[in-house]
Amino acid sequence: MRNLLTLTRMRVRLALRNKMFFFFSIVMPLGFFFLYSAVFAKSVPRDVQYLLGPVLGLNVMGSFWGLSATLVTFREQGILRRFHVTPATATDMLVSSILANYVLTLPTVITEILLARLLFHVPNLGNLISIILLVTIGTLSFGSLGLVIASVTNTMQETQVLNQLLWLPLIFLSGATIPFTYLSSLVQHIALFLPATYLVSGLKRAIVDHYGPEKLLLVLGSLTIWFLLTLFLSSQLFRWEPEAKIPRKAKMYVAATVIPFILLGVWENKYGRVIAEEKVAIQRLDEADRAERRARQQGQHRDPDAPSQDDSDQPQ
Amino acid sequence: MPRSLAGRGASKHDSFAVKFCFPMSNSVLHVENLTKRYGEVQAVRGISFQVAEGEVFGLLGPNGAGKTSTIEILEGLRGADGGSISVCGYDPRTQSGELKHVIGAALQSTALPEKLKVIEALHLFAGFYAQRRNPEDLLKRFGLAEKRSAFYGQLSGGQKQRLALAIALINDPKVVFLDEPTAGLDPQVRREIYDIIEELRRDKKTIVLTTHYIEEAERLCDRVAIVDHGQIIAQGSPRELKQASADKTRIEVRLAKEESEQTLRTLEGVNDCRAVNGNYVLHCQRPPQAIVSLVKHLEAQSNELVSLEIATPSLEDVFIELTGRRLRD
Repeated sequence: MRNLLTLTRMRVRLALRNKMFFFFSIVMPLGFFFLYSAVFAKSVPRDVQYLLGPVLGLNVMGSFWGLSATLVTFREQGILRRFHVTPATATDMLVSSILANYVLTLPTVITEILLARLLFHVPNLGNLISIILLVTIGTLSFGSLGLVIASVTNTMQETQVLNQLLWLPLIFLSGATIPFTYLSSLVQHIALFLPATYLVSGLKRAIVDHYGPEKLLLVLGSLTIWFLLTLFLSSQLFRWEPEAKIPRKAKMYVAATVIPFILLGVWENKYGRVIAEEKVAIQRLDEADRAERRARQQGQHRDPDAPSQDDSDQPQ
Repeated sequence: MPRSLAGRGASKHDSFAVKFCFPMSNSVLHVENLTKRYGEVQAVRGISFQVAEGEVFGLLGPNGAGKTSTIEILEGLRGADGGSISVCGYDPRTQSGELKHVIGAALQSTALPEKLKVIEALHLFAGFYAQRRNPEDLLKRFGLAEKRSAFYGQLSGGQKQRLALAIALINDPKVVFLDEPTAGLDPQVRREIYDIIEELRRDKKTIVLTTHYIEEAERLCDRVAIVDHGQIIAQGSPRELKQASADKTRIEVRLAKEESEQTLRTLEGVNDCRAVNGNYVLHCQRPPQAIVSLVKHLEAQSNELVSLEIATPSLEDVFIELTGRRLRD
């Protein structure tokens, strides 16, 4: 336990001194937040509320980039082998990576939530306990994905290629960037096999529909299982030495980590409600928009100088 | 009793004597018949040695001789294929967790994060051990007090190595492993590191170091094992090793005109002669006599002696004698 805390402290401290961390984990997520809230949602509280889920989702999913890159750098530079000769274990190294990542992600997430409330006047942030749980298990599990990436790649170039390959479908298919309902029906069904889809949709339900944890058990449970599986796998594949190459057979084990989401994808495709719930949410936003436009037009007919009633037009 | 049986009995007894009758009473490290293979390459082929408490033991040999493999097996970083090992009473293969609390190490080709400060590095490593020394004391002792707030990435090669040594001692270890502690450092910095290791030696720290520098082994080690092709080919104190070839002083001469090796070899007092880079290296048991006969011979041939150098045998000569190669070939 002491080793774990010692290493976590070091990782947090090093990250705070790293310009790359500052840019990718603070500037970029906040940039996304303002882009989504001020530009896409035009500062309309109802739309900002709807887009807060995707913004938090992007922030949480981004965890795996920095984590895989740091661990591979540590291995390539021979830093890990120095730790190998101390009583610190592979589990200490891995769990401290994930803990540090969690500690470092949390302030940005909290800032985004506070800005949504205070700056963009989102009247209701939904179920906070669900948000906390989703952000926590999401950060842990995507961090753990980063550890698996670090363990199956041999060089930094390989790591970055794999990161890119995973990042693009995660952000474009999950509803984190392109609204889920804009995707073709086929792509929507494919997206149901991605953990990111469940994370983003879970966050939306928690924020927009006030879902409590009991209604998000499927998402929370599958992300937890995925987290444990990826963590176990990365501990099995962990390499201290720069010259230790991963055996090809071991790369096959990685296939095991997709099992929970293959099962969940199959189930969701058959019985699930993720797509339906998403459609309902979008319909409600559209209706609210229409109602608002009508109200504005009527108001203009009656009294052009009457104060705007925008804020009272929340969807029921 | 038939002779063959008696002979067999005696040899059995002899090997028993070698193994068990002269164990060092205070040895902290035993290695017996250690082997390690990487695919087709047999890196370590049956290495055996012991290290006594408070002793500085050196593994001297060229790159690729199996020194680093041996030391990393002892540190618990690599598995061994065969042999028995005990470090401070622990077997590194099965008890590496316990072992790592009582050893310290400065590894080859290792680093710390660039943005870690010197003092933070010491505190970080201190955090892994129950028994630890005061980081501030180590900073002072290793001449790093002024650099306490510098980032690791800003340190010079010598400072990095001094920090590595300080970290190796942070848990007040029973055995310190130093793998090529001065490799890649310039001569002046190397001497700085020698001073530090000599200080540790005076403090009676048990140290196992590997090196391919003769000077390092001669100056720092109480005992040296010369390693080549994964085997120990000689073992003893530097003085003992040199005494083994003391009867073969080396005289290196440069002559105005060429001579045949064969002729020089027949001179009185000369045992052997080899032409090396235009010089002649004479091995002789009685140097004065060899010099007299050489001068006489040159006069007769109206040749001249351009230079003459008498070298007392070094560990390098021991190595050449045993392997027929220079250490850094």
